Amino acid sequence: MSPETLLTCIVFLPAVWAIPLVLFDAKAKEAMRYWGVLGTALTFALTLQLLMQFDSSKSGMQFKFDTPWIANWNVFFSLGVDGISLPLVVLTGFVCLLSMLASWSIDKNVKGYLILFLILETGMMGVFLSLDFFLFYVFWEVMLLPMYFLIGIWGGPRREYAAIKFFLYTLAGSVLMLIAMLMFYFNSDRSFDLLELAKIASGTSAGRSHVYGMSMQVAAFIMLFIGFAIKLPSFPFHTWLPDAHVEAPTPISMILAGVLLKMGGYGIIRIAFPLCPYGAQYAAYFLAALGVFSIIYGAFAAMAQTDFKRLVAYSSVSHMGYVLLGIAVWKIVDGKTVGREYWEMGLNAAMFQMIAHGISSTGMFFMVGVLYDRVHHRDINKFGGIAQVMPHYAALAAVIFFAGLGLPGLCGFVGEVFSVLACWNFSPLLAIVAASGVILTAGYILWTMQRVYLGPEYKGPHPEALVEMNSRELAIGYTLVATAILFGVLPHLLFDPMHGSIQALTQSLASSYETLYGAIHTSQLP
Amino acid sequence: MDFEALFKQFLSGDVAQQASILRSLTIFLPELVLSSSIVLMLVARLVSLDRIIPTHWFALLGGMTSFVIVLFQFWEFGNSQTVPVEVFTGLAIHDEFSIFFRGFLTFFLVFVIALTVLTGIPDDEDAPDFYSLLCGAVVGMMLMSSANHLLMLFIGIEMASVPSYAMTGFLKGKRRSSEAALKFVVYGAGAAGVMLFGISLLTGILGTAQFSELAPRFQAVFANHAGMQDPATRCVALALLMIAVGFAFKLSLVPFHFWCPDAFHGAPAEVGGFLSVGSKAAAFALLVRLTTSLAGDGSGALSQLSLSSGLGLGLIAIITTTFGNLAAYSQRNIKRMLAYSTIAHAGYMLMAVSALLVLQSVQTDLVFQGNHQENGPRAMEGLLYYLCVYLFMNLGAFAIVALIRNQTYSEEIDDYKGLAQQVPVLAICMAICMFSLVGIPPLGGFYGKAFIFASVYEATNVHWFMWLVLAAGGLNTVISLFYYLRVAKTMCMDSRPADAVPVTLAASSSPAMYVMLVSGMVVFLGIIIDPLSKVALHAAHALF
Repeated sequence: MSPETLLTCIVFLPAVWAIPLVLFDAKAKEAMRYWGVLGTALTFALTLQLLMQFDSSKSGMQFKFDTPWIANWNVFFSLGVDGISLPLVVLTGFVCLLSMLASWSIDKNVKGYLILFLILETGMMGVFLSLDFFLFYVFWEVMLLPMYFLIGIWGGPRREYAAIKFFLYTLAGSVLMLIAMLMFYFNSDRSFDLLELAKIASGTSAGRSHVYGMSMQVAAFIMLFIGFAIKLPSFPFHTWLPDAHVEAPTPISMILAGVLLKMGGYGIIRIAFPLCPYGAQYAAYFLAALGVFSIIYGAFAAMAQTDFKRLVAYSSVSHMGYVLLGIAVWKIVDGKTVGREYWEMGLNAAMFQMIAHGISSTGMFFMVGVLYDRVHHRDINKFGGIAQVMPHYAALAAVIFFAGLGLPGLCGFVGEVFSVLACWNFSPLLAIVAASGVILTAGYILWTMQRVYLGPEYKGPHPEALVEMNSRELAIGYTLVATAILFGVLPHLLFDPMHGSIQALTQSLASSYETLYGAIHTSQLP
Repeated sequence: MDFEALFKQFLSGDVAQQASILRSLTIFLPELVLSSSIVLMLVARLVSLDRIIPTHWFALLGGMTSFVIVLFQFWEFGNSQTVPVEVFTGLAIHDEFSIFFRGFLTFFLVFVIALTVLTGIPDDEDAPDFYSLLCGAVVGMMLMSSANHLLMLFIGIEMASVPSYAMTGFLKGKRRSSEAALKFVVYGAGAAGVMLFGISLLTGILGTAQFSELAPRFQAVFANHAGMQDPATRCVALALLMIAVGFAFKLSLVPFHFWCPDAFHGAPAEVGGFLSVGSKAAAFALLVRLTTSLAGDGSGALSQLSLSSGLGLGLIAIITTTFGNLAAYSQRNIKRMLAYSTIAHAGYMLMAVSALLVLQSVQTDLVFQGNHQENGPRAMEGLLYYLCVYLFMNLGAFAIVALIRNQTYSEEIDDYKGLAQQVPVLAICMAICMFSLVGIPPLGGFYGKAFIFASVYEATNVHWFMWLVLAAGGLNTVISLFYYLRVAKTMCMDSRPADAVPVTLAASSSPAMYVMLVSGMVVFLGIIIDPLSKVALHAAHALF
């Protein structure tokens, strides 16, 4: 299959797959579910095919193609993949397949659920693959509507509140992003091409050597950052997350934690940093500090929860803090980037942490969901002794939770340790605080495991329902555990494809900041 | 002048850029067809022909024929080297812009007639009255969109308004309907009087009522005047303000919006849908035509005029959008809510006009990074695209309201609870229309909004005030989410109360097909943007 067709298929296959669902009889629930699984499996297979065709020795964009979409406004349907987006695309396919398999617990209006689910997948794939800012924005919003309904219709008791909160936060961020997008559009002589915009920012564009002004870069960066920080989520924009995660049905929580949060990190790496290097550097210390604060804040908040799912949700806030920290450790002295390899390590760590969190938090939400499906409550204090009744489940859950904790040998470790190490070059103080966050993480996860899985016997409601996982659940559990161990033991599997792209990114950002710094000092810029 | 000379002039005309009377009549054919279908409908009732052929067929046929003729005129413009001409000795103008709007209005007329047939709002007895009022209003609106003279402006507005008053009060037995119509008439008459006064002042000062002459005359009269100390300047400002009042009434801009919620609440939903789209589109066409002719090329005294009127409209736009969105939030009746939403959307669209005027007030490229010549047409393209999407999303919403009313006799949002379980088609289509009204891609509403915001952003290069307009636009988009979402939420997420009147509508029935077609167009315009955007840009170029 030609790369263009492949990319287009990855984006649109799920949405097209949703169309025949309309024709299914509403009572044929099993058939529709298998149809959905088939669709997500095919999409996942296509992403694997993309992985095969991808040449990890190249650093630039691969398989890039443009087709005019809105010719009047220079908007192109432009897709492409590089080392930064590739792992996320594969992760999306993977998480969607697993959460589709976990969707057997959905019994109400299965048809609507599956259609929205598949449209959601199209939106997510589109975000990671599009190279046109306008197209990116459209896909970013496309994923909003299905998510709103998925939380609002199939969610828990406070679903409407959670759904509208999610919608409102994201829309507010999107409006800011739209304004920033217009800023770049008009300052680049009407272009939405992300690569071209980044080139202009770094001053290496052929025709347009014009560099965006400093004040504009700072303003645009702030707007873009708020938009992405809401998704990431970073303190203080995180308050939608516990509500949305708790109220969403299990498979949707898996997608929320596994994929949606990564869009924030991806947006910062792909758009906010390359398009406004000056603004990014201007805010770097603040970002790193915000990341560290999120780590500590999220861990403390998680420790205080009694709702199992809320705990996992706050742990996401904490874990995504490492992502922000890893991205932001860009140290500049006199216009020159100091220790660029450390920053590179930080970015690598951020990317790795996103994938690792995609696996571990998907797993954690799944594990919570398995329990919830049986006993219909999530109060940690009413659990205990689960390991006695469901030993197989408890063992799998333990591995997943340890992966979240960051135990060496499992995937969570690599990202955390590298981002803290990279931070040492940037600011030892922040590194020390971030490292101490690991202790807090260990604290709340071990304490949770003790309260839920250990203990003499289960005394909460519905003890009779506690039966061992069925084969479908076991398959999901084992897959997650296997990937968690795989990336923990062989992290280079992930580092290899993304290393080149990240190196190119840091190089171009460092040089563009230097150019800009020189221009400021000879005062050519407003 | 003897008869022969007169006849010759009738045939060929002898003024440059003006069509002869005969040619004018051919250009005027769509309006003539509509008028004759009105006559036909009334005559058919006289001879009881409407017992055999239902009246709506006449109206439908008339609407379609005139749409086809407009399409043909458009095609003619695209293919041959036809140039814009003034028709009827300069009273009206025939260019791509007027063709665009005439096409828009006739197309919309066909859709409204189809809707009324499906919902059965005029019964057989009233049908000739209703459809003649409807077609008459559309003829008025078409005159508005091609007006080229201040007199024509007034006639067009009145011709569109008077049938609207009658249609608002069409549910004769209902007190609320009559009250709404009365309110509408009183307001309308007042606004029209003020506007007419403004027109006469303007004509008096400038000595012309011809649009194309306004800018040069203004230039000549105010070449040596400066500041508000000058009585002539004050007089012109007053005249413009008074004309603006008339427009503000038609566009339901704050503070002349009070009639709108009451009229929409009292009128049948079909009429509400018609008023919210048709009269708005025509009024915008006229406003744009008048303001661009007044602004001229933006040189000398015109620059100041253009900038200050642009900023003034921007201020009104901010207030209107904010007020409309905030007021809509507390509404329980869906028609009132849609009325306030109409007010808010008029505000968004006014931002485009404001941006256009601000952009036109500068002549040099110095402040812009890009191609300055393109900025004005771009702003107009945004407005036209917005109007086209607005046609479908608003009509869709009103159509669904009408269909549900026919079964539950209720227009309260609370009575829509859980309709997704009984009529998923209506619930999904309503959700599409609502989200498009918020402006969420990939639905059409987003693109219109984005294009308008882009122009407003471009105008920030000229004046800092446009940043406020842009911020208000963005903020309002977020605010508006609340109440649109509430409708979607009520229909899709709540459960249907046990004692609620059941609603049934097969997905293959013609009303369902109609609703699906209309909301399908909203989705379509959100995915395939290029063709309409090109046509809109082409039409917008006619103004510059």
